[in-house]
Amino acid sequence: MSSSLKRSLTPYLLGLPTALWLGIFFVVPLLAILSVSLMTGNALDGYTLTWNFSIFGDAISTYSTQFLRSFLYGGISTAVALVAMYPVAYWVAFYGGRFKSALLFLLLLPFFVSFVIRIIAWQFILADDGIVLGTLKDIGVVPESMHVLSTPSAVVAGLTYDALPFMLLPLYVSLQRIDRSQIEAAADLYASKYDRFRTVILPLSAPGIYAGIVLVAITNIGDYVSAAILGGPSTTMIGNVIQTQYVQNADYPIASALALILMATLLVAMGVYAKVFGTRTLQEHAT
Amino acid sequence: MSAAGGTVRRPGAARRRPRSLHGPRWRRALLPGYVGLVVLVTLMPIFVIVLYSFNQAPNERVNFAWNGFTTEWYRRLFEIPDLTSALLHSLEIAALSTVIAVAIGTPAAIALSRYRFRARGTADLVILADIAAPSVVVGASLLGFFVYLGVPRGFGTILIAHVAFNVAFVVVVLQSRLRDLDPSLVEAARDLGANPWQAFWQITLPVIFPAILSAGLLAAALSIDDFIITSFVAGQTLTFPLWVYGSVKVGIPPQVFAMGTLIFTAGVLIAIAGLIAGRRAPKET
Amino acid sequence: MGALSACGIAGTRDTGWKSGFDWDSWWRRQERQGTLDFANWPLYIDRTKDGSPTLNDFSRKYGVTVNYRPVIQDNASFFAQISPVLAAEQPIGYDLVVISNGWELTQMIENHWLVPLDHSRLPNFERYAGAASRAPAYDPKNEFTVTWQSGITGIGYDPEKTGREITSLKDLYDPAFAGRVGMMSDNTELGSTGMLVQGIEPVSSGPAEWRQAAEVLRKQRDDGIVRQYYDQGYIKALQQGDTIISMAWSGDVFQAQVSGNSNLKFVVPEEGGMIWHDNCMIPYRAAHPVDAIEWMDYSYRPEIQAQISDWVNYVSPVPDAKPIIADQLDDPTVADSPLVFPSEAITKQLHDYYDFKSVGDHEEWTSIFDPIIQS
Repeated sequence: MSSSLKRSLTPYLLGLPTALWLGIFFVVPLLAILSVSLMTGNALDGYTLTWNFSIFGDAISTYSTQFLRSFLYGGISTAVALVAMYPVAYWVAFYGGRFKSALLFLLLLPFFVSFVIRIIAWQFILADDGIVLGTLKDIGVVPESMHVLSTPSAVVAGLTYDALPFMLLPLYVSLQRIDRSQIEAAADLYASKYDRFRTVILPLSAPGIYAGIVLVAITNIGDYVSAAILGGPSTTMIGNVIQTQYVQNADYPIASALALILMATLLVAMGVYAKVFGTRTLQEHAT
Repeated sequence: MSAAGGTVRRPGAARRRPRSLHGPRWRRALLPGYVGLVVLVTLMPIFVIVLYSFNQAPNERVNFAWNGFTTEWYRRLFEIPDLTSALLHSLEIAALSTVIAVAIGTPAAIALSRYRFRARGTADLVILADIAAPSVVVGASLLGFFVYLGVPRGFGTILIAHVAFNVAFVVVVLQSRLRDLDPSLVEAARDLGANPWQAFWQITLPVIFPAILSAGLLAAALSIDDFIITSFVAGQTLTFPLWVYGSVKVGIPPQVFAMGTLIFTAGVLIAIAGLIAGRRAPKET
Repeated sequence: MGALSACGIAGTRDTGWKSGFDWDSWWRRQERQGTLDFANWPLYIDRTKDGSPTLNDFSRKYGVTVNYRPVIQDNASFFAQISPVLAAEQPIGYDLVVISNGWELTQMIENHWLVPLDHSRLPNFERYAGAASRAPAYDPKNEFTVTWQSGITGIGYDPEKTGREITSLKDLYDPAFAGRVGMMSDNTELGSTGMLVQGIEPVSSGPAEWRQAAEVLRKQRDDGIVRQYYDQGYIKALQQGDTIISMAWSGDVFQAQVSGNSNLKFVVPEEGGMIWHDNCMIPYRAAHPVDAIEWMDYSYRPEIQAQISDWVNYVSPVPDAKPIIADQLDDPTVADSPLVFPSEAITKQLHDYYDFKSVGDHEEWTSIFDPIIQS
């Protein structure tokens, strides 16, 4: 009896420090600020709670383009990052040998020098007459008027680049624990390499794919840096709108409403995703 | 499928090369070649930073016009005192917030992936919401909260904020490893008389250690990179990104690139040290 | 954000000092404390490896320990950081802050968050301040602010790539430069040039004129002329040749010229340029107001201002610093630069920004110009 009580209390005790930390320093302040979305007024004269639910409809209709664009850019960059990093994680996990940690570390290093410097360097690399485009133009591979910066592709590329470590690490973590013996066993069972990958490696790395997609998609859909610095005249994402409305315009109700809509959409999307893929792999493993 | 999650290796399995995984020679070179390419592309901005940290800058501002080679910026590295202290703050906060986030995030991840309990759904939701919340809203809400409570802003509040966003990433990364960690392993240990604490230290921790390391790296990178949330709760304390971002308006001093180069070099040295240490150790994980 | 209650949030209007407060007798009671907490932008004061010579001099002469903190990255985000503190009626920890004229400064004044300056303690300001720094539209009596440094918004360009000298704001709309024109993402800057190009005076404009400006700017964007709406990054785009003509700030172009891009030029177009000021001010509840105002005045001494201007290269508020930079500091590049010491002719071409009168006013402005930038 007491041992079963102890067992049922265990998860709560384990989760307590994080629950307290996030409860106090994330949930409470966040709820306070999001409640502003239901208020009307301005910073100078104050806000009153008017249960102004119509703001959500207005926010969606005014910024539908930016919302859709965010999901488009976020989706593409997540997919590209997944496809680009899976082989890398795979190789590091299985063939990295003693270079494993060193390789991971190397891939993460650019993310230790502040995004401001990283982006300045990328702008230099991708400038119209820079080392890449300038050279290509000189040898006549691309037209003189071609540019990469200030385009939607530049925004997606920026998002993808910043997503690389967030995709790599969870993939690596789930792949590196796969036992070689299992693959060997699979090699005996299945004829082709492709079958082996599809039936053994891919399902076993599913939790990593899930975590990678969660981390990358959520952060990229809400991103504001990439579009602000690498984008053109029509690449604004919803993160930029929230940023501007909050900081520049001090329009707290609309900024809070937009943030709430964004978060709700992301959470619902992730919930659906977890239902469809996340738990299925869990069940597969449980049996 | 019980062996699926476990790391019980068949004796000798680690040492034997799984010959069947190898294809023809050219195809074997394909994957490492691709990995090399990705590493190269990832490091591109670093190469630029390294190169231009040796560029002369008559006006003491970074410029991409090549003015000639110099090591001046390394000799004068610490000449801007507030930049130096900003960098130190960033490194301290990154280290501390990573340690705290891992320390509290690991048990939380274990709870979320190994137990079924009533509040699990809510906990999952909060973790995802923490990642999904736009930085500006998180920063502003925390500032309002600290002001309301009369907590002075500074190093401590930055640390609190960084842990608050780091911990969610730590939990998600660790979950991807813990989710299919074979419970029978831990139970076996318990049957053999290990208490939960011993079981954790002797079974769970060694198994999830690479995951903890990865999560920690991610947390440190996130902390050192954060600008928006930090700017709200920093008070009079400056961090590296805050200083650098502020200096963009008037031009970045070349010392910033020199510091970037040194961070990179230190990273490479750590990696090499790890390699050497790994060679000495009997078996790497 | 102000104090949260069950059914709303209190406004910031009454969180500063109360009208009718007797500032004269308050100032009489204040004394130097020996400390100055100074918040400024990075790299916005003279610097050597031993700190700022001018601050060190001040420190020695006045016996004041200066805690100089370059914590301001831009006006809006700095305001977002300090406004909840001021609204909660707490001191922000600085005795002196530097904020540009604009909506944030207007709110600081409107909320009574700034200490009215005691001009009897500002003899050097009275004597040496240049015409542009006196009685600006946003603070007509210099009641709350004195200029730290100023800057001009005009056009930066690369004559080799444009193929001709640039003289007019209309050049920013020339289809020949399609896709190579840089515009600023700051809606005040963008809106103001949109008016200037049509001969509208921004400072006396109204919503009808704003819409007129927005129409021109929208067409410029839809015609594919605008490469990007830039923040400070516009200068890098210009240096790298991504843009060949761009809205630009004088100080940036000067910095670019002396650090390797001598090809770039800055021009105050014939329709005029905008002049902005970064201002020193004392926030309400500052702990060391006398130390702050003494530094303000000290910085207006020509020999002190000369050292600061020679280092930061923006428009100096003290014209008398020019001969000192030329002779004593022996730096003719800065002294002769029209971007640091604009000539009489240039000064006449400079326009002030529209000064927002109310929240509604500012909301209307942003609702007109934001959709152009954030599409």
